Amino acid sequence: MGVNLPIYLDNNATTRCDPRVVEAMLPYFSDKYGNSASRNHVFGWEAEEAIDNARDQIANLIGAGGKEIIFTSGATESNNLAIKGAAAMYRKKGDHIITQITEHKAVIDPCKRLEREGFRVTYLPVDKFGRVSAADIAAAMTDKTILVSIMAANNEIGTIQPLADIGKLCKEKGVLFHTDATQVVGKVPVDVMAMGIDLLSMTAHKIYGPKGVGALYVRKKDPRVRLEPQIDGGGHERGMRSGTLAVQNIVGLGAACEIARKEMGEEAKRTFALREKLHRGIADRLSDVHLNGHPTERLPGNLNLSFAFVEGEGLMMGIKEICVSSGSACTSASLEPSYVLKALGVGDDLAHSSLRFGVGRFTTPDEIEYTANAVVRAVTKLREMSPLYEMAQAGVDLSTVQWAAH
Amino acid sequence: MAYSDKVLEHYDNPRNVGSLDQADANVGTGLVGAPECGDVLKLQIRVDPKSGKIEDARFKTFGCGSAIASSSLATEWLKGKSIDEALAIKNTAIVEELALPPVKVHCSVLAEDAIKAAIKNYQEKQPSNA
Repeated sequence: MGVNLPIYLDNNATTRCDPRVVEAMLPYFSDKYGNSASRNHVFGWEAEEAIDNARDQIANLIGAGGKEIIFTSGATESNNLAIKGAAAMYRKKGDHIITQITEHKAVIDPCKRLEREGFRVTYLPVDKFGRVSAADIAAAMTDKTILVSIMAANNEIGTIQPLADIGKLCKEKGVLFHTDATQVVGKVPVDVMAMGIDLLSMTAHKIYGPKGVGALYVRKKDPRVRLEPQIDGGGHERGMRSGTLAVQNIVGLGAACEIARKEMGEEAKRTFALREKLHRGIADRLSDVHLNGHPTERLPGNLNLSFAFVEGEGLMMGIKEICVSSGSACTSASLEPSYVLKALGVGDDLAHSSLRFGVGRFTTPDEIEYTANAVVRAVTKLREMSPLYEMAQAGVDLSTVQWAAH
Repeated sequence: MAYSDKVLEHYDNPRNVGSLDQADANVGTGLVGAPECGDVLKLQIRVDPKSGKIEDARFKTFGCGSAIASSSLATEWLKGKSIDEALAIKNTAIVEELALPPVKVHCSVLAEDAIKAAIKNYQEKQPSNA
């Protein structure tokens, strides 16, 4: 079987920059190196033209207008600008924000900061698949609610949220709707008009573009959304985000969006088929494999599985040549297992046993087959070595054991 | 974070994986850790009643590579030792031998705890302590 090792299956963490994107970026390093804010010479005009073209490429992918795109350094900055910027701008109107507990830290932590500054934040729980409903959000709304921030899809478990329902509710209530669409843009169709989205965060490196650049969609009409800038300076980006634009990176983001717009349909089918092949190739040959996240409402390339009786980091070590990530505490500095999996009601033991596979544009069927075989082999070996598996086989109910926790 | 060669070596070729008969009077069993903490270690020793030395040691571990390597190393060290010698095995020696980084020190602590738990269980089973 023709596979090159290592195999990269961590496309929810980041993606390889598409060679076509790199190609588009190259002239902007050495030939067309102007500052897009230089209004009086050809280098500046050239750069500005490239920026405007990228704005349109990005806007076209999400059903927006080019003038509604604000460039940032990435989705973390976009989330910070959207949440803190809206909170500061609309503080007179209200002081309440609604989000959910499975958001990325780039949403949770800005919300926590706002709480310290006197805002009230509701962190909604999710169902066992990781979803919130518009009804949950409606129930949490007060006349002081100014912003709802719900991610489009979760980075760990791939669960897609009912964006259109939430957008409709927010429109009815006159509350701004922000979505962190980092994982969704370019993978699944997103339309800010149809979905009633007022603010949308995205980043280039999850869609085969370069790291270090992202964008925030800021609605210009119905309503015209205003944000308090978080970075002051030369007044770039309609005053919302100062700083010389990273022209080559923005060209890369634009090119990545253009490719995604044209190829998303076919690509989603392909990554979905590979994900299913991987899931079946593992779950059909091993007992006690649990799917984390929603069975159907999920990103096409995302597969998150828990392997009972086997610890995630230990398992990753058994498949060293395959690059994935784990919800196990041992892979994080905090020694806490994934808060996202815990929010689904997955027990700590199964959270420790989870692996996330991220299938992407460059994943091949051979790589999937190799991975399924390697995972089955490693899990089987580790279960032979697992006291929990031995106890479970002997009929011991592990939940009744008095563990000597340390 | 890269693993040390010794951790990888034990992970790939774990020594003494398995179980001894828990009902055997000469076998001591230690079970430490908890699934929700991400590591559980079962360590067993069998003591030769004549010589008083540990003639066999086995482990099963649910945990990361460092936990597996610490358990494997512990069983290797236990064989041939007297109870007193076994009680003298310190987690710091495991850390040193496997070059565990600070974040993995708890794996070695678990191994030491498992040794002590297995010995305690063995001693409780002996008629003189009954």
